[in-house]
Amino acid sequence: MADRSIAARTQVGRRPGRYVLRAVVTAYLFFLVAWPLYLVGRNAFADGFTNLNDILGDPDVTHALRLTVVIAVTAVVINTVFGVGISILLVRYDFPGKRALNALLDMPLSVSPIVVGLALILVYGGRDGWFGPTLEAAGLQIIFAVPGMVLATVFVALPLVIREVVPILQEVGDEQEQAARSLGANALQTFRRITLPSIKWGVIYGVVLSLARSLGEFGAVKVVSGNVLGETRTATLVVEEKYLNFDKGGAYATAFLLALVAVACIIVVSVLRPKEDR
Amino acid sequence: MSIEIVNVGKRFGDFVALDEVSVSIPSGRLTALLGPSGGGKSTLLRIVAGLERADTGKVEIEGVDATGLPPQKRNVGFVFQQYAAFKHLSVRRNVAFGLEIRKRPKDEIRRRVDELLALVHLEQFADRLPAQLSGGQRQRMALARALAVEPTVLLLDEPFGALDAKVRKELRDWLRRLHDEVHVTTVFVTHDQEEALEVADEIVVINDGRVEQIGSPDELYDRPANEFVMRFLGPVTQLGDQLVRPHDLQLSTEGGDQAGLPGRVTRVTRIGFEIRVEVTADDGQTVTVTLTRNEFLALGIQADSAVRIRLAPNSPTTTATSPAQRAAAPSLAATH
Repeated sequence: MADRSIAARTQVGRRPGRYVLRAVVTAYLFFLVAWPLYLVGRNAFADGFTNLNDILGDPDVTHALRLTVVIAVTAVVINTVFGVGISILLVRYDFPGKRALNALLDMPLSVSPIVVGLALILVYGGRDGWFGPTLEAAGLQIIFAVPGMVLATVFVALPLVIREVVPILQEVGDEQEQAARSLGANALQTFRRITLPSIKWGVIYGVVLSLARSLGEFGAVKVVSGNVLGETRTATLVVEEKYLNFDKGGAYATAFLLALVAVACIIVVSVLRPKEDR
Repeated sequence: MSIEIVNVGKRFGDFVALDEVSVSIPSGRLTALLGPSGGGKSTLLRIVAGLERADTGKVEIEGVDATGLPPQKRNVGFVFQQYAAFKHLSVRRNVAFGLEIRKRPKDEIRRRVDELLALVHLEQFADRLPAQLSGGQRQRMALARALAVEPTVLLLDEPFGALDAKVRKELRDWLRRLHDEVHVTTVFVTHDQEEALEVADEIVVINDGRVEQIGSPDELYDRPANEFVMRFLGPVTQLGDQLVRPHDLQLSTEGGDQAGLPGRVTRVTRIGFEIRVEVTADDGQTVTVTLTRNEFLALGIQADSAVRIRLAPNSPTTTATSPAQRAAAPSLAATH
């Protein structure tokens, strides 16, 4: 990795156009990402810590923040367990329909989250969904409740762990696993002692990405949550609500918190990244 | 018999990897599965280990029917060409793996691992990671790891294939000495006939998914069952309709013995201690004869000398058959 980037750099370095290219890229990222994000932060702290104190003192907002964390963590746990399982299935086994499954796994990245929300209502909706009425009769409400919101979040962040783990599994190969089997390890022991340690960094990277994605999910959650204040309103919904109600200070402060967590995730990832390459 | 392989067949799609193979591998010996790449020998080894499932047939290990057993229940040690070292574990933990799985007491594991590391001369590397070892050291670690579980049989799949020539030769000698010490039934796969002849007690020649011949190195070399084995085990040249070894041929000059096929020397090549003489017989056939330097000097021949070619008594020969079969091992005749 290091060798490659050095080689790429020296190659680019010989061309006179490199300064232009560098300037264009920097300006692009600055105006698109850095400057707007900075402004969110500046607006959040326009009156010092007042905005932040206000929202943190508002029980509805703290409830929303807590709910966001609960949903995100639950979704990440589910996506990690299934993500690792599906990755192993995709890499280590051949079965009919594997290509179709592979394509299906990219759907959540390409479909608009709002479509995901509507689709979930069609299946799990309490009044006329496919499973909804049955489940509701059994006392389990999905739509307009936390389970639906977890479901929507799981859906949109589904491929992130898989897309990180699959290439690593392919690169590692299965000889170490075969060696473990021949030394007497059963499937579970092989997974725990050999497979998991070798894909560890991919899983961690996928988890961090999924966490960032899940915390920030808006569209799908909005459709399935019902957006009930103090019950099913998450942090992103609070931002929208406050913004629409001309409480810009509160909106920016909440947005700042969300951005802060996302930035923390990115920093964690960039710290982890070199270790994975080593 | 330690490993009994009966009518084992295996296909990958349309490709027949093994065609009704039956082999008995004796206990406590070092057996080589020898053959060209893609001949099915690795597949057979992996079927014995349980890493691959046979389509048909039966595998018995020390009297136990292992055909349907998963690899972890077969008690075999397997060594891979690419080492398959557990990259995240130290050398010590690699070797200890099988014992830890078997939940042996800690001090027993420590003692056993120390013994094995001493056996493979890796004591001072115990706390290193595999990435910090050379290829030869990694393979010795893999061997210690496989031996740790006291396997019924030790299976090695092209164990020295990824190593450079010098280390390869060292490890080959070392494996032979190790086997003389531990006596575990060992089967190794190789495509290198020299390796098989040098190390093995018993050789199974496998080609095109079939067993061509089974025997000791001497039997195979002196009494090859067919043209394939003859060609695969060493250099050959054709004399009349017989395939013979170039070093089994003797040359005489016109003044001497009048027996043998008359011809003329067309080319003399010296490769170190060996002289390769190409003789074109009077009937147009080109025969290669290898002589030692001393033999060559004693004969006093050079290009265009008239000579007679004769086969040394009791030399192995096989009848040359179809050209198609000859094409099966084309490079080998020219290797030496």
